[in-house]
Amino acid sequence: MSDRVLLAGGRVLDPTTGLDAHLDVLVADGRVERLLPPRGGAGATNPDLAGGGPDGQGNAEASDARVGRAPDAAAGPVTNAGSSEVAHAAAGAEVVDVTGYWVTPGFVDLHTHLREPGGEDAEDVATGSAAGAAGGYTALCAMANTSPVCDAVPIADMVWQRGREVGLVDVFPVGSITAGLEGRELTPFGELNASAARVDFFSDDGIPLADALVMRRALQYATAFDAVICNHAEDPDLTADAQMNEGAMSSVLGLAGWPHEAEEVMIARDLILAAGVGARLHVPHVTTAGAVELIRAAKARGVRVTAEVTPHHLLLTDDLVSSYDPVLKVNPPVRTDRDVAALREALVDGTLDAVATDHAPHAPELKDQEWEHAPCGMLGLETAFGVVNTALIRTGQLDPLTAVARFTTGPASVRDVEAHGGGRGAAGLVAGAPANLAVFDPEHTWTVTADQLHSRARNSPYIGRELTGRAVHTMLRGRFTLRDGVVREVPERDGSRRGAAGHGAFPGHRAFTGHGGTAAGRPVDTEVGA
Amino acid sequence: MNPAIGHEVAAGTAANGSTEVPTQPRAATPRTSATQAVASPEAGPGERGPASDVDTTDGATRPGTGSGDRGPASGGVAAGEGTRSQGAEASFRRLPNLISIEDLDAAQVRRILDTTEQLLPIAQRERNSVPTLRGKMVCNLFLEDSTRTRISFELAAKRLSAEVLNFSAKGSSVSKGESFKDTALTLDAMGVDCVVVRSGSSGAPLQLSRYLDVPILNAGDGWHQHPTQALLDVFTMRRHLGDMAGRRVVLVGDLLHSRVARSEVQALRLLGARVTVVAPPTLLPPAIEGWDVEVARDLDDVLPSADVVYALRVQRERMHGAFFPSVREYARRWGLDGRRLRLMRDDAIVMHPGPMNRGVEITGDVADSDRAVITEQVTNGIAVRMACLYLLLAGGAAGGSSGQEPVSSGQQERESGGLPADTSASSAAQEVPR
Repeated sequence: MSDRVLLAGGRVLDPTTGLDAHLDVLVADGRVERLLPPRGGAGATNPDLAGGGPDGQGNAEASDARVGRAPDAAAGPVTNAGSSEVAHAAAGAEVVDVTGYWVTPGFVDLHTHLREPGGEDAEDVATGSAAGAAGGYTALCAMANTSPVCDAVPIADMVWQRGREVGLVDVFPVGSITAGLEGRELTPFGELNASAARVDFFSDDGIPLADALVMRRALQYATAFDAVICNHAEDPDLTADAQMNEGAMSSVLGLAGWPHEAEEVMIARDLILAAGVGARLHVPHVTTAGAVELIRAAKARGVRVTAEVTPHHLLLTDDLVSSYDPVLKVNPPVRTDRDVAALREALVDGTLDAVATDHAPHAPELKDQEWEHAPCGMLGLETAFGVVNTALIRTGQLDPLTAVARFTTGPASVRDVEAHGGGRGAAGLVAGAPANLAVFDPEHTWTVTADQLHSRARNSPYIGRELTGRAVHTMLRGRFTLRDGVVREVPERDGSRRGAAGHGAFPGHRAFTGHGGTAAGRPVDTEVGA
Repeated sequence: MNPAIGHEVAAGTAANGSTEVPTQPRAATPRTSATQAVASPEAGPGERGPASDVDTTDGATRPGTGSGDRGPASGGVAAGEGTRSQGAEASFRRLPNLISIEDLDAAQVRRILDTTEQLLPIAQRERNSVPTLRGKMVCNLFLEDSTRTRISFELAAKRLSAEVLNFSAKGSSVSKGESFKDTALTLDAMGVDCVVVRSGSSGAPLQLSRYLDVPILNAGDGWHQHPTQALLDVFTMRRHLGDMAGRRVVLVGDLLHSRVARSEVQALRLLGARVTVVAPPTLLPPAIEGWDVEVARDLDDVLPSADVVYALRVQRERMHGAFFPSVREYARRWGLDGRRLRLMRDDAIVMHPGPMNRGVEITGDVADSDRAVITEQVTNGIAVRMACLYLLLAGGAAGGSSGQEPVSSGQQERESGGLPADTSASSAAQEVPR
């Protein structure tokens, strides 16, 4: 076993520094120690590295001379050392071959429903954290609509603490805006902000804050802590009994429509209110072309607004609802091709700051109902990269570095996720930063199956579908949480271990109990000779 | 989806000269002849024959009056088991489910309507039944109250000698502790042969079809579809107007919340009819332009050119959702009354799916006028549902006992004590000119 790990031969994509180069990453004592030119000399001359570029990115570009200038441009500690010096620097490190893979800062999800407390039949902090690690995430923001609601310090601290105990991701609780999500009395923002969980982001997600006066006061009050208010953007009067996107499909399918206006009316109101009091507003799960335009215009005016989009809204459209498969029922609903095109464009140009999963587990019996009675929500953590890679990166719409930014620095610009994604404190793949990182295989094509999922729930719309791109390794503070597609076992609260065997991305790999364990297969686990 | 649906009966004829072919009352019309010719690719000119039963009701005769003297064999078909050619069996695919009119093509709709013609005399008789579906169990799964539709399906199943299991539960079955899926699995374990499902939830029949291997017959789901209502409606229209191609049907009322409207428009378009819809804009479905219909603002304008005026029911709960200001205003602008009836052509008919709100979408004098065929719709509904059950459960399954025709003369004789339809009678029938 070694405390030093060399991730060797990968393409490093770090939006915190703008780095896109083939470099080895040396991790020691839980931190990134330094970035090194690949073993064997300059990456540009190493034919092994030529295969790492995704479609649409010429191989030449992926392994071109940027390797040579990367040390000067961004990563100071990287030296143009000769191979002997590299060998010295990495002496004693366990070498994990990540040739052909992308090495990125750990992904940050702004919008995860971990369901604990109160909804443990669908998910809990441990299973949700495992799903996150399997998806390349190192930080999850746990939504407040639990039971009891996360509207008080004990709840927030419990969720935060459970995240630390599980240790697969850092969990950043979201506080509710109003007590009990009832839309009347404000949650104690100040107390939550001063708690161990240091909550700086508040949302009644799932329930729109319809009362404009309460919304205005929440925005106004939040400025005392520079906290972010995230309102579920839906006018509830316009969506009474709504079942799916309103349009040609709802017309034929006989399901009550969810007009795009319901989202846009609420966003327009909130933008006006936030601008008026100078508050920070975050718009969750944007789904319509019109909403994109409102946010784009507000940003141009200088309104302090950020926005997110889910992977499913970047891919799925309402014609799929003709199956009446409740796994596709989600709030806000999947929309039309036109909306998907607008969302993709907005993600590329930065109008939408972040990809956020809105990972929403539901117990199977709740989804095995008539469409009308099934709850809204779908899983997202374990497929997010695959969806974005398949739909946007491989189609050439989004370059890899920007895509990684939308999963890391983007969310970290929305709220403080310390040490993740470029958030407060050292972050990113720079010397001295906590080693919160992920390694993705952008070429791995896989068919999603229910038994691969680490989430306790099974409501993934991608089951049976093929995606390209998957996390191979995830590391939290230098410790593997995902290794070779296998999530590290974590202790159950009763002291037993939660096995992860059989859920790995690559069949044949067994669960492991910590970094440094052996693993069969492609990664080369050899020690660099001193 | 199943263009071969019209083949089976004729193929049976080809293989067995003693087989009667279902007769439909407009057998003399060119359209019918063409249909039968297409449907009988293997039949020689001499042996192919519609076996036009002269006693069967025709277009000019009110249902049930034409065939009494012939006994139960009239309009009947005798297709012995195993009499059909192998080639025909290979080319035929049974209708797997009836969930949406969208799943059908024009030939399949015509096949259902033609089968309905054949079964109508039986549907109309009090003591008559045929053993066609004897031994089959049809489950009426009614997750939403609907006494009329349930009774209609129950009568239809019983006249075909199927056993009927009524399974009713209000609202979502999960509300009483059992999931929708478990309800489906329970029915499967009970060994039912067909599930007739009514649900307030759009899509429930399609979901059910994924849990069950037996045929699913949609008896109305949410605002989505009510295919047997549409089929009985177009059947009724066809009996009065003949071929619907080019005919103009005006649908007036709440289309937004109407499963009838969705099925109706699709069935009419399949048959080539022109559809005009008139409704308060708040009760028009979104993206109506995708429905391939004409939207008219003024009901009076379109009445003179209508062959059928179909008034949709206005549900009570719509009267308070700001969809329209008042019942009085609705009735004035979109209700059918005596003045509007006079704007219609003399041969145009008035229809309504029932139950009617007299004084709202239709006034009593219109509902009771001889132009209204509303009670006839109810009678035809039984025959259409018999035809659908037959086609789902027996029609066209290759080989085996389910390959029989809906009405076997021999069976019918045993069942009801009617006159035997022996070979010579059948042969004679075949020689009747079409």
